[in-house]
Amino acid sequence: MEFLERFAVPHPSIAIYASMVAIGLTMIAIVAGLTYFKKWGYLWREWLTTVDHKRIGIMYLISALLMLFRGGVDAIMMRAQLSAPENTLLDAQHYNEIFTTHGVVMIIFMAMPFIFALMNFVVPLQIGARDVAFPRLNALSFWLFFMGAMLFNISFVIGGSPDAGWTSYFPLAGNEFSTSVGTNYYMLAIQISGIGSLMTGINMITTILKMRAPGMTLMKMPMFTWSSFIANVIIVFAFPVLTVALAMGTMDRLFGTQFFTMENGGMDMLWANLFWVWGHPEVYILILPAFGIYSEVISTFSRKNLYGYKSMVASMVVISLMSFLVWAHHFFTMGQGALTNSIFSITTMAIAVPTGVKIFNWLLTMWKGKIEITTPMLYSLLFIPLFTLGGVTGVMLAMSAADYQYHNTMFLVAHFHNVIIPGVVFAMLAGLTYYWPKMFGFMLNERIGKWTAWLLSIGFLLAFMPMYITGLDGQARRMYTYSEATGFGPLNMISFVGAIIMAVGFALIVYNVYYSTRYASRDIGEDPWDARTLEWATHNPVPEYNFAVVPEVRSSEALWDAKKHGHVLFKDRNYKKIHMPNNSGVPFIMSLIFFVWGFSFIFSLWIPAILATIGILVCMAHRSFEQDHGHYISVEEIEETETKMRGAK
Amino acid sequence: MKELFPAKQVLGFAFSLVLTVIALAVYFLDMSFQTGMTILLVTAFVQAGVQLTVFMHAGETDDKGAIYLNVYYGLIIALVTIFGTLLAMVWDM
Repeated sequence: MEFLERFAVPHPSIAIYASMVAIGLTMIAIVAGLTYFKKWGYLWREWLTTVDHKRIGIMYLISALLMLFRGGVDAIMMRAQLSAPENTLLDAQHYNEIFTTHGVVMIIFMAMPFIFALMNFVVPLQIGARDVAFPRLNALSFWLFFMGAMLFNISFVIGGSPDAGWTSYFPLAGNEFSTSVGTNYYMLAIQISGIGSLMTGINMITTILKMRAPGMTLMKMPMFTWSSFIANVIIVFAFPVLTVALAMGTMDRLFGTQFFTMENGGMDMLWANLFWVWGHPEVYILILPAFGIYSEVISTFSRKNLYGYKSMVASMVVISLMSFLVWAHHFFTMGQGALTNSIFSITTMAIAVPTGVKIFNWLLTMWKGKIEITTPMLYSLLFIPLFTLGGVTGVMLAMSAADYQYHNTMFLVAHFHNVIIPGVVFAMLAGLTYYWPKMFGFMLNERIGKWTAWLLSIGFLLAFMPMYITGLDGQARRMYTYSEATGFGPLNMISFVGAIIMAVGFALIVYNVYYSTRYASRDIGEDPWDARTLEWATHNPVPEYNFAVVPEVRSSEALWDAKKHGHVLFKDRNYKKIHMPNNSGVPFIMSLIFFVWGFSFIFSLWIPAILATIGILVCMAHRSFEQDHGHYISVEEIEETETKMRGAK
Repeated sequence: MKELFPAKQVLGFAFSLVLTVIALAVYFLDMSFQTGMTILLVTAFVQAGVQLTVFMHAGETDDKGAIYLNVYYGLIIALVTIFGTLLAMVWDM
């Protein structure tokens, strides 16, 4: 019994017990459903062992949407708690846990997999490759992310959620002030999925540098590929810092080291420093692929080539360097002198310049264009003004002297939601709608899609504009309640209403998927949007080998050249057998062992931890000694697939 | 003759041995902490450069531009991170 006590939730409530029951029932339902419909074999062969970049992309997408709803429920609970003064819906401890998990889930387990979903699916198609450079590693990346996410998500029913904020600052996150295993979950779950992200970074860089179609020089890559490339360069340089910081934090909590303690030569502020050395580049890791999506969408639906291609690339390269020069603006008030603050103020304001260049490029792309307002374009049109608002408040926050007023208030919360929601979330939804036909062979309903975009925008404005005001009036972030005398009540109620409207918007996305799956036409051809880039030159949905014949390219808009300027994409019409990688169950199994490994460390169960470590090493050794030369798709099979795909038109 | 005797590698090996001996001297000779650390830092970075160019063959293939660009980019970010951290956490507190 004593052994089991450690798994108890330290601060239980009816809601948590209800969640336990719900999770248990869902798992039973999934197992029963798979058994009843005899889908275990299908699941294993087609999904769990797949190394196909398109399927991995789709799995990232599903995980991201699931996590969006988990983080969204957290958000609604927070807004409900704050909607009235002295509310008692949640107590302080629950509120702490909820804002912590909301932050971690939304950034690391929603936004990151969402961009990986689009990168995985789109980049190899855009550059005319058959898969990513290291397909097996790609599967491992996904499963490590997935197991990290699952590990983090069981925290609130086993052992208790982390409660030290998504930034998990020491000394608060140290053993003295965070006694539950919650922060261990934070350290290990993020570590496991972070390893996956680092691998994806290396994989994508290699793919983009080495596997482009003939004729596609670096400056002829579509903009989304460029943005993914830069984002992955940032990943490779930023994530190791997080890995090290998390390892040091884990050792402080589990093995009694003194890196971030306040005595024995430890330096608690070093955590905040290292966290933001990773954390600020992370912001650009998320926003650059989003910018890439907007570039594709705006150029497609303005029926014009992207204005200022070279300046777009240059601004992203500048951002990739400058994103590493601004991190201290996250702790202007931590006590360093005016010199440091001035330096980081200036670099922070300077990074707004390349971002501004991009905004003007999009506006000029639309200038005199033949604009067609589809759902992805509507998201992009809403993005420009809303994101600019967030950018401007960002420059306000960048002024270190003024930051003493804004720091840790709702003003800051309003600012970063103002850049992340219209910036990243709208881009991902635009990308989802835009690439949906490529993934599944039918379009999402436009009418429901536009309703969603408008509801999300209106909900967003109602939810976050009041926070700018209450923040300036002194409402601190992460406070679970406030007194009536502060006068924050009505504005917070408006925020709550906005959050509900956003929730309706997100629910509409699910309804749209259901509705379109049932009613949408499957007869959409290869190019339903009249697009410009290479990914639309193959069938919908994409066959396993992507392109039956390797395309040849002469500009960043290969398909547009083919459609309007008589460029021949597929010169050699004779099929040749295609070399493809084999599926493998090892990434999934290895990630499962990683899950056990993380869980054992979290609860200091040393024997399972040692066994799991050996298991991981065995999996790696297996890979080293394995003979795997892939397989060939024969010419007959290609002909059969191509005839079938063309017949559907 | 040139094909038979890899002069660059042999010289590189000798040079890296010399660097190791100099670094080792810090332990055996009596010198101040500052001097010792300076010698260690300098020999360490030169050693890393020698290994990279001579024994890891950076600069001997067509993509040497990409390799050096990568190394410089990494160096810049590492230096900025270290000196920025020192500034914010130690020098300007």
